[in-house]
Order: sequence, then C-alpha cells, then structure tokens
Amino acid sequence: MASPSLSMIGSRAVLFHAPCPFDLAHQQRFWAIADHAAQWEGVREAVPGMTNVTLLLKDVPPDLDHLSCDLTALWNSGIRKEVEGRLLPIDIAYDGPHLAEVAELTGLAIDEVVRLHSAPDYTVYAVGSHAGYCYLGGLNPRLETPRRKVPLPRLPGGSLSVAGLQTGVSASMGPSGWNTIGSTGTRFFDPARQPAALLAPGDRIRFNPVRVQA
Amino acid sequence: MIEVLFIPPGATVQDLGRDGFWSQGLGRAGAMDPLAHRIANMALGNDADAATVEIALTPARLLFPQGGAFALAGAACGARLAGRPLPPVWAGMAKAGEVLDLGPMTQGARVYLALPGGIDVPVVLGSRSTQLREAFGGHEGRFLVAGDTLRARDPAAEPAARDFSLTMPLLHDAGGGIVLRALPSTEHGDFSESARRAFWSTGYTVTQQSNRQGYRLDGETLDRPASGELRSHGIGPGVVQVPGGGQPIVQLADSATMGGYPKIAAIIEPDLWRIGQARPGDVLHFRRVDLSEAAQAARDQQAWLDDLQMRIDDFRNRQKGWA
Repeated sequence: MASPSLSMIGSRAVLFHAPCPFDLAHQQRFWAIADHAAQWEGVREAVPGMTNVTLLLKDVPPDLDHLSCDLTALWNSGIRKEVEGRLLPIDIAYDGPHLAEVAELTGLAIDEVVRLHSAPDYTVYAVGSHAGYCYLGGLNPRLETPRRKVPLPRLPGGSLSVAGLQTGVSASMGPSGWNTIGSTGTRFFDPARQPAALLAPGDRIRFNPVRVQA
Repeated sequence: MIEVLFIPPGATVQDLGRDGFWSQGLGRAGAMDPLAHRIANMALGNDADAATVEIALTPARLLFPQGGAFALAGAACGARLAGRPLPPVWAGMAKAGEVLDLGPMTQGARVYLALPGGIDVPVVLGSRSTQLREAFGGHEGRFLVAGDTLRARDPAAEPAARDFSLTMPLLHDAGGGIVLRALPSTEHGDFSESARRAFWSTGYTVTQQSNRQGYRLDGETLDRPASGELRSHGIGPGVVQVPGGGQPIVQLADSATMGGYPKIAAIIEPDLWRIGQARPGDVLHFRRVDLSEAAQAARDQQAWLDDLQMRIDDFRNRQKGWA
C-alpha cells in the first residue's frame, strides 16, 4: 500500500492523507489524528476530511519533514477515536426534482428508493464544503448514481441529495451537481446557536420520511 | 457615516476574515485584497482588522451627510470628493453634505473605503466580514444597495494622516501580466510533464466567471493522466484546482472549506492581494517557489507594512509640528 502523504494547500495549510479503505474504522483514525494535531504548537485548527486531515498553521512551516514524521507516526499507531455521537432524527419529504430519475437510474421503484435511503443511520464522517454541511457515510450501494452533467446553480438549503456513494443535506443555498431527492426544514447551521453547526463528526442522522412525491 | 446613493452589486463589508470555524465548514470570508484593506485602516489610525467597505464594481456614489474622516485604497478609479480628484490611496476629511464619486476602475478590481474606528456592524462569530453564502455578518449579511447607511465606530476621530497618500506596490509586471508565487500542491506530480510546464510558464487569463468565491481561468489545458475521483478534502484561499476539463479554478476569500478536484498549486498568502485585484482579461503567471521563499515573502510583506506604519506615524508627527 502506498505511504501517507503530506502536501501544501496554502502557504499555511497542509493536507495529510493515507491510502486506505473508505469506512468508519479508517475515518476514526483521521478523527484521532485531527484531535491530536489540534493540540500541537503551531497548529491553529485541525479538520478531518474524508479519510484525510487538514491542518491550518500559525506560520509558513520551514519544511514538511517534522510534521510529516509526527503525522505518519500517529497514522501508523492505528489510534482511533470512537465517538458516542448523538442520533438526530430528521423529518424528510422525499419530494426532490430528481427522485424519479434516481429510481430510473437505479432500476428501483420510488417507494423502494425511499425505503432503502431512510433505512440506515448515517454517520457524519466530516463537516465542511459549506457551513454545517455533513458528509455522511452509510449509503446503500444500490442507490449509487452518477453526478449530474449540468449542476443546479441555486439549490435551496435543506435539500437532500445523493451522488456516487454519498448522501447529504445542503445547509444553505448554493450550486449542486448531485441528484436531489428530498427536503427538510432542519437548520444545519445557525450563527446564533452555540455551536453554530448542528452536527459534528461522529454524530448520526436518521431520515424519517414524512411524505413521498415524485 | 455614509449613505449609499448608488452602487452596483458586489459591495460588501469585510475585515480580515473569520478564523476558528473551519471545522464547522464555515469559510473565512474577509477582504479579497487584505493589503489595501490594511492600508486604508492604517491611514485612518484604525486597527488592521477594522471593517472596511469592499467595492467590486463602479461607478458608485456615497454621501457624507455629517462629514467626517475616511480613507481609500486599492483599485484606481478616478475618485472625486465634491468634484476634487483624489489619488488612489488617500486619507482625509469630507465636509458635511459632500459626495464621494468612484469612477470606472482603470487598474485593479476592488476599492476599499475605511471610516474612523471601522464600519460599525456587529461582530458575528468573531468577525465583521459578510458571509455571503450563509447570509450573515457584515451589513445584514448581503451586498450593499442604494439607501443603505453605514456608521463609523468612532465618527469624531481625525485621520492618522490628513491628506496622506502613497503609491502601492505594482500590480502588473513589465509585461503587463500579474505574477503569483505558488507552491506545488497535492496532485502536482499527477499532471503530465507538459501540463506542469504549461502551468508554470504560460499565462492564464481571468474569465468573467470570477467572484469572491473563486476565479475560473482560461489557458493551456492541464491534463492529468491519473484517473479516479478524489475523496473530499480540505481546500482554501489560493488553492488552484483543475477539474476534468483541464482549465484551472483558483479558490479565493469565500472559498469552500472542502472540495474534490485535483490541486496543482497553492498561491502563497502574501500574493493573494494581487489576484484579489485581478479582473477578467488579466493574465496570471504562476511562479514556482519553495517553503523558504514562501516564508521570506511573508516576512517581506510584514516588513513593508511595518515600514509604512512608520511613514504614516512620521507624516502625522510632522503635520502636528506644523499645525
């Protein structure tokens, strides 16, 4: 297996990733790395991505050797962070503009798409892209679909979408290349709330279908 | 206090950005040209992080109903105060009822207007910057429109240096392009040798699809033989991504915190002001540097700002002596 790598994504930002399977056990290793690295001198923030970690640094590092060594040691230790996150039930209307298309692409009946999508508890692997957005793991592979060729320029906040083996709910209006199958009124980010983001890595979501309309 | 009489879309209240919320997915926001933002504040004697107005499109007209101090920095736009021409970087006083006119930008893309003590908008999550996507911060979380009124936090303050002006570092090189120093990023080695050569040696033009979130560039296509989707990972201001089509995208002040496109390079922080002042049609040249050059560039810019602070202090002391 290829070795871990550390690279620059800004003059004071580095990205650490290690080739590994995309599952919860491996993601837990990156949660642990982020927790440790956040305590290091010279690190402003350490943020888990999808089987990777980004460190925002106080200064431009003189070289990457030192950081690379410390991060690789953490990775090789195999240390994991198990999170006893909270389970958030979310009422979802399965009424998205691409629900019928997803049924067609997957060869499933619409009710079956809804049943399969709302069956599992999804784990928040990472928070990012836009404020409060959760990358979720646990989508049934039977619901795998390609991204859209033409993205929607203004998808409203609260839209539930799928693409590839991922699913998620947008937290604010923005462009999207995913297939939108539902909607919710839940606010995933509110600057007046403490913390502002509703969910953190390790929390779980259960989608509760309240309506189906294709 | 200023009253907006006319302003095209794109003007926002910004400071140096929002730190500490990356893990919640919240981007930094903040001034696209942090250097001009700092200079406008320094000329008034404000903290570097005081909020300014970032104006991305002109013409614009602003009224000072009660008069007061203000400063301008950034793009050259033939600014006039009650008809009197002002240099691109200037600090001084407006009399009650005077109108500031900003004309077409002749060089650069963003003008910064500072008021004494900074623009008086609430601090939300540690910053006064406008968070456009999430629609909070700044002035009601949105672009300024005609009829908006912005107050100074310290309206009676005198400018640090009255009628002060200075010349900014050059934006363009002798050939008319904008040089940006950059570090190779995560997938740099995955691009073909000819793609890497093209990236570091040919020009990339800023397209019309450019805003505070990022610029789409147009130039030689950058091919990456390695295939397969990347898992979502951290990105930030200055990172140069290359989607499947092979034309680069530069993430800027309103960058997302995570993305999935391959990254060929990352523009160093001390050069982000230059791209913040680049406009559609400008040609960017990426110059490869290493970490020690990146660290030196950060020290050089800080030294330039420290020197400027001394010159402003000196200017003010001489002015006081003559009074």
